[in-house]
Amino acid sequence: MAAQVRVLRQRIRSAKGMKKITKAMELVATSRIAKAQARVEASLPYAQAITGVLTALASNARIDHPLLTPRERVRRAGVVLVTADRGLAGGYSSNAIRTTESLLARLAADGKEPVLYVIGRKGVSYYRFRNRPIEANWTGFSEQPSFADARAVGETLIKAFSAGADDVDGGAGADGVLGIDELHIVYTEFHSLMTQNPVAKIIGPMQVEDRPRSEGLLPAYEFEPEAEALLDALLPKYINTRIYAALIESAASESAARRRAMKAATDNAEEMIEKYTREMNSARQAGITQEISEIVGGANALAASGSEV
Amino acid sequence: MAQQLHVELVAVEERVWSGEAEMVVARTTEGELGVLPGHAPLLGQLAEPGQVRIKLPGGEQVSYEVAGGFLSVGAEGVTVLAESATPVSAAQGR
Repeated sequence: MAAQVRVLRQRIRSAKGMKKITKAMELVATSRIAKAQARVEASLPYAQAITGVLTALASNARIDHPLLTPRERVRRAGVVLVTADRGLAGGYSSNAIRTTESLLARLAADGKEPVLYVIGRKGVSYYRFRNRPIEANWTGFSEQPSFADARAVGETLIKAFSAGADDVDGGAGADGVLGIDELHIVYTEFHSLMTQNPVAKIIGPMQVEDRPRSEGLLPAYEFEPEAEALLDALLPKYINTRIYAALIESAASESAARRRAMKAATDNAEEMIEKYTREMNSARQAGITQEISEIVGGANALAASGSEV
Repeated sequence: MAQQLHVELVAVEERVWSGEAEMVVARTTEGELGVLPGHAPLLGQLAEPGQVRIKLPGGEQVSYEVAGGFLSVGAEGVTVLAESATPVSAAQGR
């Protein structure tokens, strides 16, 4: 009996330790969500401004920039996957990977060769373990990405995209570098604290969204330097901005997923502690009852033997 | 009362400065440029490294060191887009 009580006490102690850890992680994740949401908010003015500038530029200049025109023949399609660096975030990374897998299957069915770019340690280890090639990977900033991180990713992607312009069937073309002709990004959209959805979006070639052709409203802009040169400078920045937006939204989703997972773990630990405490109490009570009945039994036996003498 | 210019200085990670000003001075790749209220619409790429000076109504001015910047002048005001913007302290700024 005493042994059983001791075992239960041990289990309660370990469950309490776990609960402390998961609770702490839950609190950290909660504060990170708020921070990540604030960063999403803070990045909106720039995103709106750059979209406005691009729209103005696109409606004033001919657009035949390589980053904007779809390639006639898409041989290799780049896919950027955004995952977490650490686990314990529920299905966050695996959902993003699953979305990527279906995108890869779709690309392969269309006769395009997928090229993987992975952000986050979880995605990297998934593909490494399966011995599948990763073109490039970046890790270490999934929870708090900065614009510098996004720029590093963006530069690599834009380089690959422009290197793909002269590729020929089965070869690298004039520049000797195999590039990509299309660029997709898979990240996790943050809808609310409870729902985050992985989505796949195409970011290259870009579609400059709504280009209102409302006459008279859009002023005739002057350009310094020429419109084409401006577009050259602006488009890579726009891609970087899109990547940055995807990164910070993913960071918010990751924290939300982690908070939910850790909340579930904390609740479970609480339940276990309660259950073990009940079991321990009844085991202890059973032990006491048994001891008393042993004493009473012994005393009765002594009394009975004494009266007969 | 002189007209005023609505100025927004936005960096990628946050809005850096926003308010009313009398004039914005910046250097594009083509040359130095001052924007007063009523300026024609303009899009420009800022020179690297570039300083953007915003002259406030009271005669004061604020300056920012801007990297990877663009200048957009529209009917509603001036927007400076920057990859990063760091304030230049009054001692360094002219």
